[in-house]
Amino acid sequence: MFPSRFRYEAPHSLDEAIGLLRDGGDYVKVLAGGQSLVPMMKLRFASPELLVDINGIPGLSYVQAAPDGALHVGALARHADLEWSRLLADTQPTMAAAAPLVADPLVRNRGTLVGSLCHADPQGDWASVMLALGGSVVAQGPSGRRTIPVRSFVTGPFENVLEHDEIAVEAIVPAAAGRRAGGYLKLERRVGDFATCGVAVALELAGTGVVTRAGIALTGVGGSTIDAADAWAALVGQPLDAGAIGRAADAAAAIAQPRTDHRGSAAYKRHMVRTFTARLLGGCTTPASAERAA
Amino acid sequence: MTAVYDDLGDEPASDIPVRRIRFAINGKKKIAEIEPRLLLSHLIRRGVGLTGTHMGCDTTNCGACTVLVDGRPIKSCTMLAVQADGREIQTVEGLSGRSELHPLQEGFREEHGLQCGFCTPGMMMAAKGLLDRNLNPTEEDVRWALSGNLCRCTGYQNIVKSVLWAAEKMRAEGATDD
Repeated sequence: MFPSRFRYEAPHSLDEAIGLLRDGGDYVKVLAGGQSLVPMMKLRFASPELLVDINGIPGLSYVQAAPDGALHVGALARHADLEWSRLLADTQPTMAAAAPLVADPLVRNRGTLVGSLCHADPQGDWASVMLALGGSVVAQGPSGRRTIPVRSFVTGPFENVLEHDEIAVEAIVPAAAGRRAGGYLKLERRVGDFATCGVAVALELAGTGVVTRAGIALTGVGGSTIDAADAWAALVGQPLDAGAIGRAADAAAAIAQPRTDHRGSAAYKRHMVRTFTARLLGGCTTPASAERAA
Repeated sequence: MTAVYDDLGDEPASDIPVRRIRFAINGKKKIAEIEPRLLLSHLIRRGVGLTGTHMGCDTTNCGACTVLVDGRPIKSCTMLAVQADGREIQTVEGLSGRSELHPLQEGFREEHGLQCGFCTPGMMMAAKGLLDRNLNPTEEDVRWALSGNLCRCTGYQNIVKSVLWAAEKMRAEGATDD
């Protein structure tokens, strides 16, 4: 299969890329990892007139901590870079748990976290993770940069708030005030399939064991990534005991909007959201809390 | 090289975008003039003429088209050929020497790691990506590394054994070299 015909540009700077987006016509797409865009172009779901390949722009592959403790992930950092990152393994349990579960190992060598956020697939793993962590996307356009919280970045399935001449240049996870705990669990029929359901949990805990910040988000059980606000709000200011975990898990299951399909019944998916939420929160009570799905 | 396409448009030939790229494949330097919508798998098979890289699903699911780009295993049906500009590609044809099989190829023979053989080049290249990084993998590591490659014949057991066989042989060769 071939995509339909398009013009191709491979700029060497962000300014050049933004100029191409500004002047490139009505239907221009940015190409980073291409692991969603290229298949969609081959199937003719997407037929851009101009493709702006940012892979030749230097300095966008970083995964690094800023002096203030925030984590910055550049637009060309691949899923595999995150999977093998020592920094993530040591400081970001939710991200470290999710990275090996994105797609499959071959796709992870090309695809990017920032591209995944932009693609805004309701089944995307990183959207749940970044929502739970309170992360944001930095967009650069002709008049400079702006920072957009992930919760307001996606406006619907495959839709985001980027202007036509803006490029998402990095994602940011704010610094933690307390001890980070959390994880990501995904149920999938086989590696690389869309999630039957997924749950991201990101907590910060005080030395006393009281939850100081919480985020819980759900993948694949609604028309978009779900912010399980009732679930995480029930945890903040509380010690993480069995009662709190049970209440949060019930709230997460209640806010899910699963549909019965070939991956399972709505009731089953709702049950799995409750199970995963409880399992992840249970893991947060001990310091080594990153979990990988069986 | 020359790539010949089915002509589905009616625009003048001068309006058809063509890019010139340089790349290396299995150590040999190449120049190609291609349309940007050509996939890397097409460049390898139809342009260079190396048909060991197989096209299975053509939808980023099966991994039969796996090659190494700058050492990393990727699905060549899901990367544009123009993106190979300046890159080093390794295909299954680059594994063996003039007369000797690569330990991975030997392993697949010794452990019966293939039946129909269609997925085998992709399996080997994904496995090479693993062994280049980790010459002492566990069975779990091998299964993890091959989880993007589908096989409909073997049930995977012998493929995993083949890769472990190759790893053991390569470790032994490395020890001899020292």
